[in-house]
Amino acid sequence: MIAVKYEQVSKQFHKNVKPSVDGVSAQIGEGEFVTILGSSGCGKTTLLKMTNRLLDPSEGRIILFGEDISTVDPVTVRRRMGYVIQQIGLLPHMTVEENITVMPKLMKQDIVQVRMRARELLSMTELDPDTYAGRYPSELSGGQQQRVGLARALMPDPKILLLDEPFGAVDAITRINLQNELLRIHRETQKTFLLVTHDINEAMKLGQRVMIMNEGKLLQFDTPRNIIRHPADPFVEALMRSASEQHSFWKEVLDD
Amino acid sequence: MLLECLNYLQSNGADIAVRVLEHMKISLTALLAAVLIGVAGGYAASVSNKGEKWIMNLFQVLRVIPSLAILVLLIPVMGVGMKPAVTALAILAIPPVLTNTCVGFLEVPPFMLESAKGIGMKEWELLVHVRFPLALPMILTGIRSALVEVIASATLAAKIGAGGLGEIIFTGLGLNRTDLLLIGGFLVGVLSLAGVGIFSMICRILMPYKYRRRL
Repeated sequence: MIAVKYEQVSKQFHKNVKPSVDGVSAQIGEGEFVTILGSSGCGKTTLLKMTNRLLDPSEGRIILFGEDISTVDPVTVRRRMGYVIQQIGLLPHMTVEENITVMPKLMKQDIVQVRMRARELLSMTELDPDTYAGRYPSELSGGQQQRVGLARALMPDPKILLLDEPFGAVDAITRINLQNELLRIHRETQKTFLLVTHDINEAMKLGQRVMIMNEGKLLQFDTPRNIIRHPADPFVEALMRSASEQHSFWKEVLDD
Repeated sequence: MLLECLNYLQSNGADIAVRVLEHMKISLTALLAAVLIGVAGGYAASVSNKGEKWIMNLFQVLRVIPSLAILVLLIPVMGVGMKPAVTALAILAIPPVLTNTCVGFLEVPPFMLESAKGIGMKEWELLVHVRFPLALPMILTGIRSALVEVIASATLAAKIGAGGLGEIIFTGLGLNRTDLLLIGGFLVGVLSLAGVGIFSMICRILMPYKYRRRL
């Protein structure tokens, strides 16, 4: 089953300015973990935001599980998906549990079940529910806040999870831990993950397949292995070379 | 002097209590009106690009006119008594509430709205659960300064026969009685402090997260 299908998707914010996303076509299978890699301004975030209708394409179609999302109410599209951003956006006046359960409560779901699921999700993201459920976001570290953000996104049991630079603001060690946990959660939940990052190591580590974007265009969409071995474009080749140079420096130092 | 004050308090207790209650009534009514108009106007100003400037400017201009002048100007329109006094004080109290409300709504970080939208909130849910709670600390700060200004300025209400602690102070001025001036001034101060104290308690109840330890 194809989870997400981009058909010649373009987004042009202003006339006379070149499009932010330019004719992107791609298919993402159900349960796949796909990362979108590119430098800032390459259109990767725009592409992600079009996926849950925070933005609408100027041209082209986006199809989720066989359904053209331009025919579905934006709020409905978003409630079917999880969404995590770098700044997390936990509401400061709500406790951790209230933040996680705010949407299902608004949708009048059974409160007992909702609370039970919130506790499960906190455990899944390695936060002890008894300790953290009643805390306010200001009482958590950045890494812990992002775990709550993840739990909140998983709350409606979405088939697709969209993540926009989710670990961009945490320190290197926390970042690695969170990456590993994200991989574990992906294995456990078998959901479709779509993660935007500008960090080549993160993109290659997390993605089963990686979309490489530059200036709005999708340059290559393949497994990390194939991209490294057969870069499809001079930009991709340069990008891979930059990463491998870094790695050879590490290797050099360690081998001394 | 202290003895004279105590004497006066003892013999005129009931009258003073009436003045205190009047003062509170005038102040609270004016504040309530200012909060209703200020919050609604501030929100309207924050959502409309064009309206924002002229609403803010209008009340900045009104703020410049001394309360006493407004009181006197209102006499031909509204006569004397409670009504014009409360109106004048409300005009005085609206600007801080309105300005802070407008700024509070405008300063809600865009990423908060984006993430709340991203998890599927509708427009009115964003208003109730994101915009308003995030603007609330600023709004309350505005109400707090309005509260202090109103309690202090309510003294002037006595000038147009609305009563309040101003009666004691202006009587003191007229009769050259320092004890009355001291008692009136002292009680206005006490009301002001009590008002701020009670207001802080309300803030604690409304925004418990502001008072927790932080990392």
